[in-house]
Amino acid sequence: MSLIVKNIIKTYDKGNVLALDNVSFEVKQGERFGIIGPDGAGKTSLFRILTTLLLADSGVASVCGNDVVLGFDKIRRISGYMPGKFSLYQDLSVEENLNFFATVFGTTVAENMHLIKDIYVQIEPFKDRPAGKLSGGMKQKLALCCALIHEPKILFLDEPTTGVDPVSRKEFWDMLDRLKSRNITILVSTPYMDEASRCDRIALMQTGKILAIDTLDNIIGSYKNKVFGVETRQMHQLSQFFKTHKAVHSCYPFGDTLHVTPKDALLTSIELESSCKSAGFQDVKVFDIVPNIEDIFMNLMGQNNGI
Amino acid sequence: MSKEAIIKTQNLTKSFGAFTAVDKISFEAMPGEIFGFLGANGAGKTTAMKMLSGLLKPSSGTASVVGFDVFKQSEMIKKNIGYMSQKFSLYDDLTVEENIAFFGGIYGLRGDVLKLAQMELLERLQLMDQSKKLVASLPLGWKQKLSFSVAMIHKPRLVFLDEPTGGVDPITRRQFWEMIYEAAENGVTIFVTTHYMDEAEYCSRVSIMVDGKIAAMDTPRALKEQFGAKNMDEVFYTLARGAKRGE
Amino acid sequence: MKTFLAFVLKEFQHVWRDKRSLFILIAMPVMLMFIFGFALSNEVKNSNIAILCPKPDEEVLSLIEKIDQSKYFTINKMMHNPNEIENYFKQNKGKMVIVFENDFADKLQHDKLANVQLIGDATDPNTATTMIGYAQGIIADYQKSLLGETNLPYAIQVETRMLYNPQLLSAYNFVPGVMALILTLLGTMMTSVSIVKEKEFGSMELLLVSPVKPIMVIFSKALPYALLCFIDVLIILLMARYVLDMPIRGNIFLLLAMSVLFIFTTLSLGLLISNSVDQQQVAMFISLVGLMMPSLIFSGFMFPIENMPKPMQIISNIVPTKWYFEILKSVMVKGLGFSYIWKHTLILVGMTAFFTLVAVRKFKIRLS
Repeated sequence: MSLIVKNIIKTYDKGNVLALDNVSFEVKQGERFGIIGPDGAGKTSLFRILTTLLLADSGVASVCGNDVVLGFDKIRRISGYMPGKFSLYQDLSVEENLNFFATVFGTTVAENMHLIKDIYVQIEPFKDRPAGKLSGGMKQKLALCCALIHEPKILFLDEPTTGVDPVSRKEFWDMLDRLKSRNITILVSTPYMDEASRCDRIALMQTGKILAIDTLDNIIGSYKNKVFGVETRQMHQLSQFFKTHKAVHSCYPFGDTLHVTPKDALLTSIELESSCKSAGFQDVKVFDIVPNIEDIFMNLMGQNNGI
Repeated sequence: MSKEAIIKTQNLTKSFGAFTAVDKISFEAMPGEIFGFLGANGAGKTTAMKMLSGLLKPSSGTASVVGFDVFKQSEMIKKNIGYMSQKFSLYDDLTVEENIAFFGGIYGLRGDVLKLAQMELLERLQLMDQSKKLVASLPLGWKQKLSFSVAMIHKPRLVFLDEPTGGVDPITRRQFWEMIYEAAENGVTIFVTTHYMDEAEYCSRVSIMVDGKIAAMDTPRALKEQFGAKNMDEVFYTLARGAKRGE
Repeated sequence: MKTFLAFVLKEFQHVWRDKRSLFILIAMPVMLMFIFGFALSNEVKNSNIAILCPKPDEEVLSLIEKIDQSKYFTINKMMHNPNEIENYFKQNKGKMVIVFENDFADKLQHDKLANVQLIGDATDPNTATTMIGYAQGIIADYQKSLLGETNLPYAIQVETRMLYNPQLLSAYNFVPGVMALILTLLGTMMTSVSIVKEKEFGSMELLLVSPVKPIMVIFSKALPYALLCFIDVLIILLMARYVLDMPIRGNIFLLLAMSVLFIFTTLSLGLLISNSVDQQQVAMFISLVGLMMPSLIFSGFMFPIENMPKPMQIISNIVPTKWYFEILKSVMVKGLGFSYIWKHTLILVGMTAFFTLVAVRKFKIRLS
């Protein structure tokens, strides 16, 4: 096991704010593990505990066999860390930042160029530019290079794709794909649910709790509720209608489709469609769909909040 | 409801030296329309939004926003639009009530009118019993709803939303969009940017900027047909991948 | 060692690229020297005064002429009525009024006793005292010339000599003062702000999650500022010598060595502050209010410590600036050698060691 987290609890403000509520999970060597959840889920606290920056109130955790409290200095040598906020030196150039962080870890850029070459070639044209003047996507690439430069055994990437446009986000995940062959364990967090598909396994988190841990397919496969897709040109009106519909548990828009969870699993798409039509919605198409990660997350959220 | 366009631009351009950030964009947004404004980082979105909200003088072209000219009447524009951004919206160290009063005051609401607007807003958000709480203590989702309502406190006909839903959970995100829909139904034009491509589909019309130009603009449905894509994500990717300029 | 050099290089790059701060660091001592040297001088020179004398006679006129001719005073008003005095001060036309009694010459000749009254505007007590002193001097001089060789039987002649600074030049006081203050300000504030900046921007987080020793981070921070402080010392000394014509009496190397010691003291204090706070603004505030103010008050530069109440005098002992200021005055102005300042040196060494030790111990290996 590359990462073992057991019953971690973390509070702030003298115990008044619960950031992590009994969190446990394990990550295998070479695995890409995604922590997925909105702001306030506790992702950053978890990352800081695992990177030895914070102490948990209780529980134990180890990184590559080193306890996060006792073996912190060993962990610091073998981890690559990319904090949620861009933290490189804004007034140093791309090259200077990279050189500096290589030296900090007692290595040189030349020695480990093979690790970052794919990524570095994309920012090399700007190597003399101060890091603060790079665009969001470029900053992200530079930060990843700096985190990789000492050939870490494990990478901690805290919300690397937040605030980045969809194209740069895709590119970033593609870069992580290419690291796959290096057998580096990657713990990555994101608020974008659709990025779950880019991880080997995921943990869904909300308000300090893990709601589910598994592969994306297993999480979806084990979801018992039935979900209908509904297509209409009267999205807003129809969703208001479903809100008061007796047989409907929840209804949420997903792009151009409404996702409807019925209260009764025996309800069929044909029955739901005809009930819409009898309410005066003519342009309605109801069909069975496989729920996606957001359907499941919202359902789990409901349970977590006691709804 | 008037049928005149709320935003109307013709070849609107902004250059910084030799760099053309926004290159001759032309479009109209009608009352009650939810206009999605998408683009990769650096495509010129922010610059365009700054011009339309009266913060930046365009280099050339014409544009009128809520009936005012962006070149000559930027102050009038600022008074008659709402603006909300994820980065900054409310003062954390003021109470809910104080924030409403402050932003109401900025938009010229005084005395009884302000009181009434404040009451209405608190009631609508069901925040009556939280009005004396510091904004910092509200959950992120509530903050967002509150800051949207505050941006609408002077009943503008146009509101700019700059990535309003970043980082919130999927349920809150959808609740937020319901507020947007409600406002649009009341005839308010919504001008919104987002990095969530499923949200792009909630818009009545979407424009996608690439390298300072509007590369595509239509209803989400038509765009998907045009590009033979399953969803807006694919449409966006197809268009933005070809971008030549870095951000 | 290589890592340390990398850190030092990085710090120099930070300082070098922040041209605005760099400019301020170099320009500040120059500005202060000019301000104290030329604008803020508390020497009395051509101060406006008024004379009240209803009926000036010969003796009065010749004394007035003597006063007016002196470089200290310029008479800008002749009064004839005591009511005018109050208005003169209220309108801020001058700082002193000299009042001669009626029939001054007559009384001087016949009664051998004539009265002169000096009225000073003591809103600024220092200036008032100085002016009164000068006026007394002039009058005494005049009296002496009147008496000529005819000695009075029991006259006591008081002769004053101002040692080390015969012309009472304020440069002898403010040059050491400016040096002490600049070093306190730069050394402490710049170092603390630069470390706290790393915390605020998040780079400290990255450094913590790396194998570097904390000590390396903080000491590399101090180096560029130590150099800048030293440059400032040189600038001030050169300006004092060649712009203000103030001789430096003591051994210049002793002076520089002591300055280096004090630079280390301020840097160690800066490190201590930076390890205790998380925001640049707080660091700056503490440096300014917590250190600059006491340094101004307790160094002896602005207010003489001997005149303070006992508790204040005791407090002044824990202000490092005070000790450096005294060293500077001893070496620079009095030309004393190390044997006279070894006690001060020892105190500064002790303080530096203490601050450094606490700073290093306080350095957190984790966030919060």
